[in-house]
Amino acid sequence: MSQWISPATAGQAVDVNQRSEGIEVENLVIDFALDNAMFKRQYMRALNGVSFTIKAGQALALVGESGSGKSTCARALCRLCQPAEGVLKLNGKDINDTGNALSQAQLAKQVQMIFQDPFGSLNPVHTVRHHLSRPIRIHIPDLKGDAIEEYMLDTLERVGLSPAKQTADKFPHELSGGQRQRVAIARALSTGAKFILADEPISMLDVSIRLGILNLMADMKEEGIGFLYITHDIATARYFAERTAVMYVGHMVEWGTSDSVTQNPQHPYTQLLISAVPEVGRKRSTTSQEHTKSQIPLWTPVSKGCPFTGRCPKVRPKCHAQMPDVTQVAEDHFVRCFDYSE
Amino acid sequence: MSIREPLLSITDLCVDYITDDGNARAVNQVNLDIHAGETVGLAGESGCGKSTLAFSIANLHSAPALITAGKIKFQGQDVLTMSEEELRQFRWSQASMVFQSAMNALNPVLTIGDQLVDVVLAHETVTLAEAQKRSEAVLDMVGMHASRMKSYPHQLSGGMRQRVVIAIALILRPKLIIMDEPTTALDVVVEMEIMDQLYDLKEEFGFAILFISHDLGLMGQIADRIGIMYAGKIVELGNAEDVLSRPQHPYTQGLLRSFPTIHGPKERLEGIPGHPLNLLSVPTGCYFQERCSLCEQICVDVMPSIEQYKVPEERQVACHKVGQGDVS
Repeated sequence: MSQWISPATAGQAVDVNQRSEGIEVENLVIDFALDNAMFKRQYMRALNGVSFTIKAGQALALVGESGSGKSTCARALCRLCQPAEGVLKLNGKDINDTGNALSQAQLAKQVQMIFQDPFGSLNPVHTVRHHLSRPIRIHIPDLKGDAIEEYMLDTLERVGLSPAKQTADKFPHELSGGQRQRVAIARALSTGAKFILADEPISMLDVSIRLGILNLMADMKEEGIGFLYITHDIATARYFAERTAVMYVGHMVEWGTSDSVTQNPQHPYTQLLISAVPEVGRKRSTTSQEHTKSQIPLWTPVSKGCPFTGRCPKVRPKCHAQMPDVTQVAEDHFVRCFDYSE
Repeated sequence: MSIREPLLSITDLCVDYITDDGNARAVNQVNLDIHAGETVGLAGESGCGKSTLAFSIANLHSAPALITAGKIKFQGQDVLTMSEEELRQFRWSQASMVFQSAMNALNPVLTIGDQLVDVVLAHETVTLAEAQKRSEAVLDMVGMHASRMKSYPHQLSGGMRQRVVIAIALILRPKLIIMDEPTTALDVVVEMEIMDQLYDLKEEFGFAILFISHDLGLMGQIADRIGIMYAGKIVELGNAEDVLSRPQHPYTQGLLRSFPTIHGPKERLEGIPGHPLNLLSVPTGCYFQERCSLCEQICVDVMPSIEQYKVPEERQVACHKVGQGDVS
C-alpha cells in the first residue's frame, strides 16, 4: 500500500483560526411544519434543547427509538435542516452563521454522512470509481490525474476492499451488502472528512458483517476521525462509542460515558431500553403495563413537561408541568429526571 | 427423545434454486421435527436457507426454487404431495405464516377489518357478522382496539402493523405458526412488547412456532430448541439454553461472538472471518472449513454428518471436532 495522505493534510491547509477541534452543538431546537393546517401553521418540535460535543478521534452514540430525533441531529450538522434555536459549531465556527466563511463545500469536506441503506445510497448506474473519484475531484482540487486514482485506491484499501483495482471497476450490484457499506465509508473518507455522521450504518447488514463494519469504524476513530453514531441498538453503542446520549421525543434524557450510561442507567426510559434488549443468557423480562399501553406524544413548541410522562412508571404531578433540570450522576454522566434529582 | 408423534416432521429435505450458472442447494438434507406446542428457533446468516426452509413447509415455492428431495409431514400427511385444493385448506388453517416485513404483507388498499374477515370467509362457512366478531376478538388478543378494524395499514405504526399480521396468522387457530424474522424491522421496546404478547398467546392457545431470526438473544427468550443453519445445513440442534451457553459447532461459537453485549466484558470482538459460502461451488468436505479455526485434513475430505452427542446434554452437531473447540 502506497503512502496514505492523512485527512488533515490532504488538499487545502488546515484552518489556522480554529479554536477547538470538534463539533459542538448547543441548545439545538428544530421545528418541522405540519402540513395539515393551511392558514394557521402548526409545528412539531423534532429536537428540543439538544447539546453535545464530538471530539476528534472519539465517537458519540445517539440512541433512541424511531422518531426520537437522532437523524435530525445529523441532518442539522450537514446543514440539511435549519435550527429554530441553538448553535452548531464545527471547530469553533458557527456553521449556520451567514457572515461566516464556511461554505457548503468546506462543511461537506469536513463532515460526511454514511446512511443506513447501502443499497439505496450508491448510484446503481455508476462504478465504485465514479463514487469515489467525484468527491475527491470536488474536495481536493490539488490532486490531478493519476494522483486521484492513487488516492482513491488507497482509500479503498483502507476500508478493506482489496484488491482495490478490481473493486473500483465494479458496480454496486456486484458487491455484497457489507462491501457496499465499505464503499459508502470510503466515499465519506475520500473527501478527507474529519467527522463522519453514521446513521444506523449496520442495521441493514447481516449479523456476521456488522462487526466488521463496526471494527472498521473503530479503526478510523483511532486515526483521528470523530463519529456521530446513530443507532437504536444500545449494545453496539457501548461497543463502539466512548459516549452515549439517549434520546426520547427530541430530548436528550440521559448522557455520559457509554459504560456509565449502560451499566448504571438512571432515566426510566434508558432502563426500559436496556431491559428490552434481548441478550443471550438473560431471562425474558416482562414489560410493565405503564410502558406498553401508551403512545409516543407529538411534541409541539407549546408542549410542557417531560416527554416520557405518558409511559413513565415513576411519574409525579410536577413531571407534567416542567422538564426536569440536568442532574449530574457521575463524573461524566448526566440525567434529566425528577426521580434522580430528589 | 419424546415418544409423542411430532406435529411437523421434515426428513432429508433438499431445496434447489435452478440458475443459469448451475443449481444452488439452499436447503441441504435437513431433518427437523416440531412437536405440538413447541417453539423451535432457526438461526443463521442471510442466505443460509432458513427462510427457504420455512417456505417449503407451506409448499409455497415456485420457480426457480424446487424441492428436489425429502418429505414434509404435517400430522402424518405429506404436504408435498397434496393437491392444490388440499394445500389451500392446509395453508393458514393448519400452518400460518408471519412475514418479516409487515408493510408488504398487508394490502394497502383494504382496511385491517377487510383483511381479517377475508381470511375467515376463505376458509370457513360463517356469516359476515360472525367473521367480523371473530376479527374483533383476535385484534383484542394482540392488544388492539376493535375500532382499528376500519383503519388502513398506512394509518398504523410499524409495531401495530406487525400486530395485525400476527392477528391474521392467529385467527384460524392454526397448530403451527411460522415466523420469519417477525420483529426485525421494529424498535427494541416495541419488539419486547410484541414478544411478550406472543409468549402469552402461545401459553393460552398452545400453538407451535417455528421462529426464524438472526438474533440469538431474542431466540433464547422464546425458543425451546434452537437449530443453527449454515449453507443450507443444520449444523447444530439442541435445547435453546444449552446451545447458547455451551455451543459445540465452531460456527455457533462464532455467531455468538458476533454480538456486542450490554453487560458482558467490553473487548474487541472479531466475529466470524471470511465470507458465507457460495452455494454454486461447494467444497467436498465440511462447508464451514474455509472459515473454521479448527479445520484439519478430515474436514477438507469428509463432510461431517449430523450426529447425536451427549455434551453433556442431548445435542445434534455436524462437526468432526466436537468437544475440541472452545468459546473464546
